Amino acid sequence: MAVGTRPTSHRPQSGPAAVQRRGRSARDRGDGRAGYVFLTPWLLGLMAVTAIPMLMSLYLSFTNYDILTPWSDVEWIGLKNYQRMFTADPAYWHAVKVTLVFAFIATPLKLGSALGVALLLNRSFRGSGLFRGLFYLPSLLGGSVALAMVWHSLFDRGGSVNAVLGWFGIEGKAWVNDPSTALGTLILLAVWQFGAPMVIFLAGLKQVPNELYEAAEVDGAGSFRKFLSVTLPMLSPVIFFNLVLETIHGFQGFTSAFVLSGGTGGPVDSTLMYTLYLYIRGFANYEMGYASAMAWVFLITIGLVTAVLFRTGRFWVHYSDGDD
Amino acid sequence: MVTVAAGRRPFTPRSLARPVVLLLLTALVLYPLLWMLGTSFKAPEEILNNISVLPEKWTPENYPDGWTHFDVAFGRYFLNSFMVAALTVVANCTSCLLAAYAFARLRFRLRGFWFAIMIGTLLLPSHVLIVPQFVMFRSFGWVGGPWPYLPLIVPHLLATDAFFVFLMVQFMRGIPRELDDAAKIDGCSPYSIFRYVVLPLSRPALVSTAIFSFIWTWNDFFRQLVYLSDLSKYTAPVALTLFIDSTGQSAVGPMFAMSVLSLAPVFLFFVAFQRLLVEGINTTGLKG
Repeated sequence: MAVGTRPTSHRPQSGPAAVQRRGRSARDRGDGRAGYVFLTPWLLGLMAVTAIPMLMSLYLSFTNYDILTPWSDVEWIGLKNYQRMFTADPAYWHAVKVTLVFAFIATPLKLGSALGVALLLNRSFRGSGLFRGLFYLPSLLGGSVALAMVWHSLFDRGGSVNAVLGWFGIEGKAWVNDPSTALGTLILLAVWQFGAPMVIFLAGLKQVPNELYEAAEVDGAGSFRKFLSVTLPMLSPVIFFNLVLETIHGFQGFTSAFVLSGGTGGPVDSTLMYTLYLYIRGFANYEMGYASAMAWVFLITIGLVTAVLFRTGRFWVHYSDGDD
Repeated sequence: MVTVAAGRRPFTPRSLARPVVLLLLTALVLYPLLWMLGTSFKAPEEILNNISVLPEKWTPENYPDGWTHFDVAFGRYFLNSFMVAALTVVANCTSCLLAAYAFARLRFRLRGFWFAIMIGTLLLPSHVLIVPQFVMFRSFGWVGGPWPYLPLIVPHLLATDAFFVFLMVQFMRGIPRELDDAAKIDGCSPYSIFRYVVLPLSRPALVSTAIFSFIWTWNDFFRQLVYLSDLSKYTAPVALTLFIDSTGQSAVGPMFAMSVLSLAPVFLFFVAFQRLLVEGINTTGLKG
């Protein structure tokens, strides 16, 4: 490669190859500094808003910082916050349980609904775009406070859910105020917002080459067999992508739990999501040190869960050869 | 098989199944939203034990009642929300565009390293940083200060929304590199290439960023709840929660009226940009 050729004139002389060569050498000269000039806001943000706060939170997690006492009185208490969290705080373990139940029930249900509806909409027919948009709407409205309020009313004693159950002679109850069902209503709210993963599934389904279905048909495969042997493997990278995103998303549920329980995580801590408990400890009780310790355990847990997903993904995610 | 156009075949129970299932699903998905809209026009005695979407007696008074339900008029909360969302949009579009240009088009030392870090911050939950950020912003005197929105806006000025950096990097990679090379031959510096080549061509990515920034900031609750403590500085979502802890049954109508209004901007964006929003989701995997 003749990397050293310098342009002697501003006019390209020998076709695209020469242009490219000249471009590259010119790029090498000015880009280094410009790169960092353009990156400055991001680098500042990384330092000031992400990295330093993370280190600070690590430090705070070993202290009894409560924001009200001055910095000079803040005590280094070693692992006491972590110790208390793991051994002396039943509410903490309750929050962990609630979050795990929520994430591991809501995520598969949500992805299942998303995939099912995506399969229904995959065939193009008159109005298919409209359905796609309508099903996407709830997830766009996402974690809004207004939606959580609606949910509260629908699942309350006099709400629509009970009215419908009444048609079938089933006696309803105040689902949102019953510790055994309150979390279930939150799960249903999350499942209802299946639109975003559905749209991603639809994009993935479009990528499956038609020839594969035709070949399977020649081999005498029925629709179920085609789904199992063609659609699922070809879709597995997209399923994996959605699974990782939605699981992480599920761990972070806050707004609906806050609104449905009036900020308490009730009834009887049944909707005490991890992030809600972190909020209560940190911003209602001002136990900033304790909340920081909770945040670090949260971060490590999410990291571990993601790593486990990636590990297991190797066994079932099928990447077609040639492209990534 | 998958892309065969429906409708040309004779009706059979099997071919009817899909539209029937779809209509049922649509009813199920839309019912909560329609119920909220209808209920915002219902009188108090109609709200309980009523699954009907349409009110028997139309009660538009819920809207003015909700608007003036608290000491501070709800319009104030909407204005606050609009201001925070608008500033966030401007901040995100500017700062993320600059970072994306560096990542997508420029060569510099450690680019791969910084890019990997940027991707890493994509998955960092905001709940992890909220405590130390709060402590830090409070020590700057920003929390509860004369303009308490600083902690909500400044991070966006510094391109901390990695989603948008990523979105724009993906987009810019699609702009032909030959354009840069041609501009360079004409004597353009990386700065003028940014100004005259990449910036004008990035408009679609900027529009997506602007719309999603607006919607997510508008819907955001957690950070606004943490940083805003003065009643007159509340944004609409935080103000909505006032309805939960204050009043009894009588305020349910006004509460839903304000809920409907709080969803209206997002809904209008949805109607106007439905296609773009759906495509934005499926090309980048952004979460709604």
